[in-house]
Amino acid sequence: MNESNTAVATREIMYREALNEALKEEMRRNPNVFVMGEGIAERGGSYKVTVDLLEEFGHKRVIDTPISENGFTGTGVGAALTGMRPVVEILFIDFSLLVLDQIINQAAKFKFMSGGTARVPMVLRTQGGVGNGLAAQHSQSLEMLFYHIPGLRVVMPSDAYDAKGLLKSAIRCDDPVIFLEHKLLYMNKTDVPEEEYTIPLGQAKVKKEGKDLTIIAWSGMVPKALEAAHILASQGIDAEVVDPRTLVPLDKETILNSVRKTEHVLIVQEAVRRGGVASDISSIIQEQAFDYLDAPVKILGGLNIPCPFNLNLEELIIPQVDDIVKAAKEVVYKG
Amino acid sequence: MKKYSIDFLSSLYTTMYKIRNFEEQGIKLYRQGHIRGYFHPYWGEEAIATGVCSAMNPDDYITSTHRGHGHCLAWGADLNRMFAELLGKKAGYCKGLGGSMHIADYSKGNLGANGIVGSGTPIAVGAALGASIRGEKKVVATFVSDGGSNIGSFLEGLNLAAAWKLPVIFVIENNQYAVSTPIEDSTGETQLYKRGIGFGVESVRIDGNDVLQVYETAKAFVDRCRKGEGPFLIEAVTFRKSGHHVNDPGLYLPKEKVEYYEKHDPLKIGAEYLRNAGLSDEQLAELQDKVMKEIKVAVDFAVKGEEMSKEEFLNFVEGY
Repeated sequence: MNESNTAVATREIMYREALNEALKEEMRRNPNVFVMGEGIAERGGSYKVTVDLLEEFGHKRVIDTPISENGFTGTGVGAALTGMRPVVEILFIDFSLLVLDQIINQAAKFKFMSGGTARVPMVLRTQGGVGNGLAAQHSQSLEMLFYHIPGLRVVMPSDAYDAKGLLKSAIRCDDPVIFLEHKLLYMNKTDVPEEEYTIPLGQAKVKKEGKDLTIIAWSGMVPKALEAAHILASQGIDAEVVDPRTLVPLDKETILNSVRKTEHVLIVQEAVRRGGVASDISSIIQEQAFDYLDAPVKILGGLNIPCPFNLNLEELIIPQVDDIVKAAKEVVYKG
Repeated sequence: MKKYSIDFLSSLYTTMYKIRNFEEQGIKLYRQGHIRGYFHPYWGEEAIATGVCSAMNPDDYITSTHRGHGHCLAWGADLNRMFAELLGKKAGYCKGLGGSMHIADYSKGNLGANGIVGSGTPIAVGAALGASIRGEKKVVATFVSDGGSNIGSFLEGLNLAAAWKLPVIFVIENNQYAVSTPIEDSTGETQLYKRGIGFGVESVRIDGNDVLQVYETAKAFVDRCRKGEGPFLIEAVTFRKSGHHVNDPGLYLPKEKVEYYEKHDPLKIGAEYLRNAGLSDEQLAELQDKVMKEIKVAVDFAVKGEEMSKEEFLNFVEGY
């Protein structure tokens, strides 16, 4: 089944349940798929993404690791190099900083350095983003680090439907995939088909059509952008919301088509504003669709500061719905 | 010590001699400008790769280091493709895209040299984990230096293999220097086999220049790994007969040590085993001559080889 199918039987499930289904389906499909991470077996993972896997697939394929991120991620790389398809879970994206050697110097490089004889079909699952007062070392959005590195795919699903279809494709991908979830999305529900489906990496999705401006957002910013679009609609501004879903490969065509249509662009990014993916998308738009633009591309990003613990202050540092509404109006000169 | 056939001892010696002279020729090619970049000779450590690899099966796995030519050759790498890679040629193991620090042959279980010290260790543990999930009785040897034994990747990998009882043999090639820093200045415990004991891994310290001692130690551990008794750790004490790389004259290496290891050279020890087993000097010379001819052919092959064209390269990187 692909996304164009209509009238399929669906049910509403949570983002974390969709991820769980994807893991189960892929583990049933291929005995070389296995999962490893901290507290993922009996405990089922901190965000309950791996519940019940142990029961069905046993300890050989559902592996609790010591707190040893660099070691067990490297173990995933070695297993992938020798024919397995590991799904390695890092509890917080902040901890992925401990494994950058294995991801950037090793996993991302092997295919290239070997002249194409080596493949690393590994998925690194982790979650990021601000939420629930987790403070400066558990709230970062670090997609730019991975986006910057040739040889990695970067996936950031914003709802249950995308999460399931993209995780299945990520596991089937022959190259390393950084699969970035968002801690505030796990309980969100969307319609997900009963039937099996996959979503190819590198296809953006227009989450809401509109003609006045294009709001580009990913991961935790998508629900906020959709809410903002709803408010804007009540004020006579028809916003289109484009979710790239995978940052690498980036579906430039869908983005550019939307830009050519609306001629106004707002990019919303939860990560700190400086040096982010939004800046890169903006540069692509200005290079390839400059003549269509009726206003400068606007970027609304997180403040260039670490995340505070205090919940009221936490809210200030990343774009909120009202901020998106305000910025969108500025882009269409209705501020 | 057990008695070994001349054939077996010859094969060990041949491998060591091949490694020694591969490096020698490689350095000549470097000086002539045929090889660029980094070149870390395995001079003086030949007995370790040779002894360990000859104790393993062809469908086992190894991971190597930045000083990796010896491991590749001991694992059975083809001289033509080795030299071709060092010269950046298309016929090289990595089509000239990897070079000295990244030579690998995944189809044969050589998971590669590695430019990042210690990073091969978790990868080796992963190869063992994968094999154990598939129910295969493969053994993995991971080579690391004394310098590498201080890095987190190595220690984490050691702990993981110990926790999961995986068939991995950790081989610390203690050549006593991390680039130019002597081991005494690098750690509070210079008996590196104790690193293994600290993690509950059976560990030994041996003379890394004595190829039979290496072979026998490795063979016993390989056999026990196959029975599910792994992991194990071998600290093989050796000495780097040169600076860190081809452009480092190694002036910091103490004269007494250089002189001691000149006598206690792995090739001299290997030749002595052959003589004791009854091989004549002429036969030894014949054996050496055969290797030198192969090297000459391989150098010629590499020098004349084609490079990947720009078009081929751009085609290869399509989709990055």
